Amino acid sequence: MTAADILSAAVSIGFHGLAFAMVLYLISVGLSVTMGMMGFVNLAHGVFAMLGGYIVTSLINRHGVPFGLALVSAAILTALGSIVIERLLYRRLYGGDELDQVLLTVGLIFMSVAAVTYVWGPTPQPMHPPRWLAGEVDLGFRSFPAFRSFLILCGAALVTALWLGLERTRFGVRIRAAVDNLRMAQSIGINTSRLFTMTFALGSGLAGLGGGLGADLLAISPSYALDNLVYFLIVVAVGGLGSIRGPFVAALLIGVADTGFKYLLPGLGAFIIYLLTMAILLWRPRGLFGRA
Amino acid sequence: MSEAANGPALETRGLCKSFGALQVANSIDFALERGARHALIGPNGAGKTSFVNLVTGALTPSAGQVLIDGAEVTGLPQSERVKRGLARTFQVTALFRRLTALENVTLAIAEREGVADDLFWPSGRHRRVIEEAYALLESLDLADDALRPVNTLAYGRQRVIEIAVALSLAPKVLLLDEPAAGVPSSETELVAGVVERLPPDIAVLIIDHDMDLVFRLAQRITVLVQGSVLVEGPPEAIARDPEVRRVYLGERASA
Amino acid sequence: MSAGNGATLAFARRHRLHPFEALPWIAAIAAFLLFPSYLPLGAQILATILFALSADLVLGYAGIVTLGHAAFFGTGAYTAGILAANGWGEPISGLFAGALAAAVIGVVSGFIVLRTSGLTLLMQTLVVATLLHEAANRASSITGGDDGLQGMQVWPIFGVFRFDLFGRAAYIYCFVVLFLCWWLARRIVHSPFGRSLTGIRENVLRMHAIGAPVMRRRLVIYTISAAFAGLAGALIAQTTAFVGLGFLSLDRSGTVLIMLIIGGVGRLYGAFIGVPLYMIAQDRFSEVAPVYWYFWIGLLMVLVVVFARGGIFGLVDRLRR
Repeated sequence: MTAADILSAAVSIGFHGLAFAMVLYLISVGLSVTMGMMGFVNLAHGVFAMLGGYIVTSLINRHGVPFGLALVSAAILTALGSIVIERLLYRRLYGGDELDQVLLTVGLIFMSVAAVTYVWGPTPQPMHPPRWLAGEVDLGFRSFPAFRSFLILCGAALVTALWLGLERTRFGVRIRAAVDNLRMAQSIGINTSRLFTMTFALGSGLAGLGGGLGADLLAISPSYALDNLVYFLIVVAVGGLGSIRGPFVAALLIGVADTGFKYLLPGLGAFIIYLLTMAILLWRPRGLFGRA
Repeated sequence: MSEAANGPALETRGLCKSFGALQVANSIDFALERGARHALIGPNGAGKTSFVNLVTGALTPSAGQVLIDGAEVTGLPQSERVKRGLARTFQVTALFRRLTALENVTLAIAEREGVADDLFWPSGRHRRVIEEAYALLESLDLADDALRPVNTLAYGRQRVIEIAVALSLAPKVLLLDEPAAGVPSSETELVAGVVERLPPDIAVLIIDHDMDLVFRLAQRITVLVQGSVLVEGPPEAIARDPEVRRVYLGERASA
Repeated sequence: MSAGNGATLAFARRHRLHPFEALPWIAAIAAFLLFPSYLPLGAQILATILFALSADLVLGYAGIVTLGHAAFFGTGAYTAGILAANGWGEPISGLFAGALAAAVIGVVSGFIVLRTSGLTLLMQTLVVATLLHEAANRASSITGGDDGLQGMQVWPIFGVFRFDLFGRAAYIYCFVVLFLCWWLARRIVHSPFGRSLTGIRENVLRMHAIGAPVMRRRLVIYTISAAFAGLAGALIAQTTAFVGLGFLSLDRSGTVLIMLIIGGVGRLYGAFIGVPLYMIAQDRFSEVAPVYWYFWIGLLMVLVVVFARGGIFGLVDRLRR
């Protein structure tokens, strides 16, 4: 292998790894924030990503909706759906037994598996990128798949907007206050109940968007929420619960590692990531960016 | 009172702890004499609970030493310090909520007696442990509540059981973190009475805001401000100290 | 003092056997006599009760919420299965091998996992199980991979009692193992150690403050529970002569939680109620519409958590008051 080959491989791994990381991050950041804020173990978070994926693929494949519109619809619809779930079910269990939360959300996952099979059937949904994103982008030294490039740019834009929003807007400041210390936030007059619903909706909407954008990376099938649960949880736990940037670093690590191993040592990627996760958590039990 | 062991029951030397830029303990030198009735007071955020956590081992200090009965315990985990005679209560009641009062106390005694590692024989076999637990509850007028889950009891009684659990460890040093915190005024007498009647050979450190309680129960008071000891002395001297008054921003009528 | 004696006496006698405790065994024996054509299902139910019982020790008593208990179940199953598929079909030693292998996984993974709590702990238990699932998938030359382990030959128990299609030997085999494990579990639960586990569950902060070696206790019960789960897995492997990747799946870990919740967690007998109900219902339902089983079970979970926490035991408690 020449140096050029190695460089080329590295660039490919970096590129595809980054795309995967974006998808993982968009899906998992909501889970991290809501977990840090309310301590609610929402294992069904993947269901929102899945629904986003189904909505996007259905709108595109069956109804010819333009790609951008499909993405926005997915985000909005999942956000609205999440508000219903939160108001109806989740809020009864805040501050409660962890086991109750696990069981409730596992029950929801099971229901979603069956419901989705009923509506869309058991086979994975194909993702056809729109024509203006098919093909490749030629950057001179290399060409990159257009759709993945779009994914990375879109992801970067969303992440930037998210981070800026959390730093600069009042809503963002309130979120950070509540994650930091819920009781303190309540005592200075923040309506944490409403804040949580909005944050939850935001997180779920992002997840739906991530699921839709990442439909060719994480296949949209009925068992989506179960199949990918480990990765979402790893991103959140390794990143640090409640952290907003931590999961990004974790997602990068996983995205690049997973992609890298698929290239270099197929079959071992998953093992290495799992072992790495356990090692990192032995060293930093709160995650890389978690609080003491 | 044995003359062989003369030093303080609990001592800290140069105890420091910081969280990044925040210094919660600033080279604290503290001594709790045997049989003492000592109070630690200070405004909110002074670092009182952090101090307790440093002493019990829940927090690791950045520098300094903790000594129980003259022996250094700074590196030891919480469970070891308990074996050396240190017991504490929590500001927010930390009992085994769904278990009965009797169960709460027997768990503590079972640990003390080293019985709790028995995997095979029924716990009911250890009658001494159960009877001691019951006797302790009786001595604190809690016998009626023995078989009721603690989360069904009035909060004041829960706070007393919290003290009972700490007492059942037969400690040499007892740290009471705001014993009357959250207790409705109708029940504070219950808690205060229990603290007054604590065995004289136990060294007691009370952390509190409630000046009535502090002045009633303490023979010596240490004032902690922003992680440093401001002043230490008998209650009358502390009450008159202008620095203390300034720190508390306007005198309280009872002080 | 007599009131005191009454209270302490009642307290000290909590471990005494209550007549109701004979019911599960009477029911099991009755089932053997009355439903001879359902014995294979019955044997599976008995083994799964053991699996759920093992999960209850960790979940209901020590308060460790795990999503990876199938790791131990599957390890026991694959150990017994691989032995039987490679020339050593002696069942009882296979059982012990399965329990031992599962216990080793239990103590090693517990050492890493039990340092954390909450979501992190949950995630780590899932990672361990998923890791083993991946390993079993990759090592398909030994485990049969996706197709499952083929060619298991289980010898008759004591050389006499053959495992046959009628399931009589299987049923009695599972019954005896379950009985012995139940007896052990019961002793543990009523021992000072078992009582301290409920302390760890109710308030771990307080446990540290009374000098309890929390990590050590959790590790011990985690390992014992893993051994029991391994036994259950080995039982199923031997009595059905099959082991598949599903034995290590998240699905398997999730459903054992569900079965336990239906009966009631932390009551020792929740498994005895929840498992038969679930498995018999599933058996009936699977003839009708297998996919939708997941929907109704999921819905049941949601309803139980919202309205009937404590499962059937909890409902009985409430009716009593």
